[in-house]
Amino acid sequence: MSQIIDVAHLNYRYPQQSADDLTLKDISFSVADGEWVAIVGHNGSGKSTLAKNINGLLAPVSGTVTVDGQVLSEKTVWDIRKKIGMVFQNPDNQFVGATVEDDVAFSLENQGVPRDEMLTRVHDALVQVNMAEFATREPARLSGGQKQRVALAGMIAARPRILILDEATSMLDPQGRYEVLQTIQQMKINSDLTVLSITHDIDEAASANRVLVVNDGRLVEEGQPADIFKHGPALIKMGLDMPYAERLKAALKRQGVKVPADYLTEKGMADWLWQLISNK
Amino acid sequence: MAIDFKQVDFTYQPGTPFETKALTDINLTIPDGSYTALIGHTGSGKSTLLQHLNALLKPTSGTVTIGERVITPATSNKDLKSLRQQVGIVFQFPENQLFEETVVKDIAFGPQNFGVSETEALETAEKMLTLVGLDKSLLDRSPFDLSGGQMRRVAIAGVLAMQPKILVLDEPTAGLDPQGRLDMMEMFARLRREQGLTVVLVTHQMDDVANYADHVIVMDQGRVVKTGTPQEIFKDPQWLVEHQLGLPKTTAFAQQLMAKGLQFNPIPLTEDQLAAALVAQLPATVFGGAESHDE
Repeated sequence: MSQIIDVAHLNYRYPQQSADDLTLKDISFSVADGEWVAIVGHNGSGKSTLAKNINGLLAPVSGTVTVDGQVLSEKTVWDIRKKIGMVFQNPDNQFVGATVEDDVAFSLENQGVPRDEMLTRVHDALVQVNMAEFATREPARLSGGQKQRVALAGMIAARPRILILDEATSMLDPQGRYEVLQTIQQMKINSDLTVLSITHDIDEAASANRVLVVNDGRLVEEGQPADIFKHGPALIKMGLDMPYAERLKAALKRQGVKVPADYLTEKGMADWLWQLISNK
Repeated sequence: MAIDFKQVDFTYQPGTPFETKALTDINLTIPDGSYTALIGHTGSGKSTLLQHLNALLKPTSGTVTIGERVITPATSNKDLKSLRQQVGIVFQFPENQLFEETVVKDIAFGPQNFGVSETEALETAEKMLTLVGLDKSLLDRSPFDLSGGQMRRVAIAGVLAMQPKILVLDEPTAGLDPQGRLDMMEMFARLRREQGLTVVLVTHQMDDVANYADHVIVMDQGRVVKTGTPQEIFKDPQWLVEHQLGLPKTTAFAQQLMAKGLQFNPIPLTEDQLAAALVAQLPATVFGGAESHDE
């Protein structure tokens, strides 16, 4: 697979920071075309700053970002942004349309998509996120979770090559989060989409092919979800929740039970407990 | 201070093309001193209901009784100040409401608005900062130089500075990392204990409901569909699924074990409850120095 995103020795500091202080420190990684990569880290670790450097909302102090073969610069930023859809944590910050359907159609109008096709794509996108009945409503009057669905529908309709989700499911209920993750899986199957998701949610991280851990502006670890989840209680320090099996293990340990050291999935944990109790 | 809803309906923008009925025939009580969780699918009407708790919205029909005050569709918008002081609402992403030059001025803004002198308001602000677990060295900093979690605490301190009797929290931990969420939930539990507050929590986190609430109101499509203790709400998983709600992680896991043949009565809601129930059933060999048996 070819690389669609390549970040090399990226350093970033905000204008108000002093010259010896950096928010991103020498970050390098690549994302393959069609891959789903989760970026995790606690609040303030630099995750969102990293995402904004990838689509040129922020410009690095040094280092390069290459997207689909183009090195990000003032000249290429508009081309690159056409390929990247971004959904933020608080969609209030990104609504422009007077109605839900206008908002979803916004990027299609900018791309000059013919009206007939636009209407179909907007409707299909709203159906996919279960918001079709809200098409003529005002975005501002929706609930937090509904807003996140509309913002996501805007991206489904725009069909970007790369989707960046910045805690885009944080306001959804568990069922809504599950549906959104399913929708993204489906988008990947339909269109060979690459996904970068910034998250604290263990299920969202588990959906990824690979997890990158950012701490204090540095990339400190990368691996498959199961490798990362082995860390148990240390995951909290990485800004991720503990998988449930690890939480239960900790509670059992507090009660004096000897528990297996290896990472267990929930099913593995249930099997372990059942075997012990049924063979008693 | 208790809150009581009687036959409350609410419609947004009535008589316009955007007319939407958001609440239908709401009857409920938030008991004095309770930790009440308000749960429901996105768009079920939670945030609309919440704005009735201090008369930011008034019912289209029906009455809301807040302490001694009765709010009806005819209630004038004047003279609601004392109510707004008694019911403090922390909205979603409250850090977006910060505006002052310094942390101390931002926290003191609310009380001054309610007629407290500047000196007294600044003194209160200092106390509130400590109460939300922030260091006094932040008082003269710009709120915009703080981290997201710190900004949120400053915004919450601003609400607490009005010394409300009821604290209403609309998804207060959204966007915080797991450690930040835990710290914040523990802070609310402590504030309730120390300040004798009634707490209303709007949340999607069923684990928070299981861990902290003693009273639960479930909404669906603008109606209240169930009220009870967390134990009563979570004992019927099928019903929760029908209303597009989840279970606490422990309860969901206990169900997996029950499908295999284990039994729990009552069904556990927290991992400590489940661990205690399992300890009673596990063989002696898995405890302490004994080797756990290997296959």
